[in-house]
Amino acid sequence: MEDLRVNLCGTELSNPVIPASGTFGFGYEFAELYDINILGTFSFKGTTREPRYGNPLPRIAECEAGIINSIGLQNPGVDKVISEELPKLKKCFGKPVMANISGFSVEEFAYTCGKLDKEPQVGWIEVNVSCPNVHGGGMIFGTDPKAAAGIVAAVKKEVKKPVIVKLSPNVTDIVSIALACEAAGADGICLINTMLGMRINLKTKRPVIANTMGGFSGPAVFPVALRMVWQVSSAVKIPVVGCGGVSSAEDVIEMMLAGATAVEVGCANLVNPYACKEIIENLPGAMKKYGITGLSDIIGGAK
Amino acid sequence: MKDGLFTTLSNRQIAQDVFMTELSGDTSEIRNPGQFVNIAIDGLYLRRPISVCDCSEGKLTVIFKVVGKGTGKMAEAAPGDKFKVLTGLGNGYDLSKAGTRPLLIGGGVGVPPLYLLAKKLIEKGSKPFTVMGFNSLQDVFFAEEFKKLGCDVAVTTVDGSLGIKGFVTDAMPSDYTYFYTCGPLPMLKAVYGRTETSGQFSLEERMGCGFGACMGCSIMTANGPKRVCKDGPVFEKEELLWKI
Repeated sequence: MEDLRVNLCGTELSNPVIPASGTFGFGYEFAELYDINILGTFSFKGTTREPRYGNPLPRIAECEAGIINSIGLQNPGVDKVISEELPKLKKCFGKPVMANISGFSVEEFAYTCGKLDKEPQVGWIEVNVSCPNVHGGGMIFGTDPKAAAGIVAAVKKEVKKPVIVKLSPNVTDIVSIALACEAAGADGICLINTMLGMRINLKTKRPVIANTMGGFSGPAVFPVALRMVWQVSSAVKIPVVGCGGVSSAEDVIEMMLAGATAVEVGCANLVNPYACKEIIENLPGAMKKYGITGLSDIIGGAK
Repeated sequence: MKDGLFTTLSNRQIAQDVFMTELSGDTSEIRNPGQFVNIAIDGLYLRRPISVCDCSEGKLTVIFKVVGKGTGKMAEAAPGDKFKVLTGLGNGYDLSKAGTRPLLIGGGVGVPPLYLLAKKLIEKGSKPFTVMGFNSLQDVFFAEEFKKLGCDVAVTTVDGSLGIKGFVTDAMPSDYTYFYTCGPLPMLKAVYGRTETSGQFSLEERMGCGFGACMGCSIMTANGPKRVCKDGPVFEKEELLWKI
């Protein structure tokens, strides 16, 4: 019998599969399709202190083996997430959920994280210092070790639950940023967020995305994500959550062999809403095929 | 919403760059006219959202215009070819407000979703008046099909090569109880400015997932941000914030 369990910052997951923030809403769209309690957990839609409509349309551009998005952190704001979304989620998801939080200042991050930390449904705080689609916030915090560490330290003062920092791949030295976050008290690192990209519409000769650039994700970024998971997990002592282009049970195993303790699945949910269900169902067979009895045993196994 | 495998029954060109494909598969999730399906195409990452033109038990008809790679591949489908199709997407038109004489206004490939709507309205005892706008004679399709259902039909072409010369707004009757429309944005805005009753607009946006997860197609409405794919694609006139 294959053992899929992993331990993420002190909480056991029944399997390492976690739908990534921004591709799974607040869960209930997918709960119409399958019992989402089969997931390890999921990371809900990036939440900010104030409600946000997000960026102008078009926000989506198709690419070879992936998409560019520039949603711009559309969300109802932390108060409505607590008063409306979490009660709705409670009806279809009984496990601890990962709260994904973004912001435009150190104070805002600390405030929003502090509020969601008090919610019993929240198991982990995922601090998104890597959104490429907002100005004056988001990614600028995740591209500088000092700025990232400053956010982590401020958030850690406000919360009791494990803090996982989601990092941007749009940097020259991912390891230095991860180490700075670890030193500031982060309990885990998630990577990668999307890669900055763009497309041009040949008919209009203008960028496809209204905001010109957006975040590229999908199977095409998998090797980049894998490489960064390898580098970071080799340098830090805290768990690493691998994210980027994961679309199959085999991708999950590869990410874990590179050093991931758990694995987020993003883009794949958007083209196949059953993607995570199928990955979880296919994991035991893939483990058997490659002679793996327990997933926890293979973390960093390729090193 | 349901993901199912559909098999091409037939596929033929019905106007310039416009194709009609009949597919067999599980249509049980398609509840209202004006809903859409999301079709997976080999070699392309995202699915293609296409409105439902007609639907009966086990059979789905879609009409689409070739505008790029995805629709180009769909136009090449041969009987027996299979597609993964997400069905039952979007809200669709609300028939309860139609009254006895609803006006249906379609432009180009905005016409197809009005076909199932007209069928259902006639079943409910209404007598729809349909205005169909096209650029030119070679773009026109389905005028006879609407007449066969029992609709009064007016066709407009921009160049006057068939029907009334001009736009759909040049052929709108003065007497109607409610309206339903689908078509290109400039046409929808013209209809918005010209209609005096309430009515429903089916919108189109570039989508990611098609089922409400990615927020790629959110528009701002009188009731806050709404996802065209999940909360729409049909919106009431009063919800839209267009300035005419």
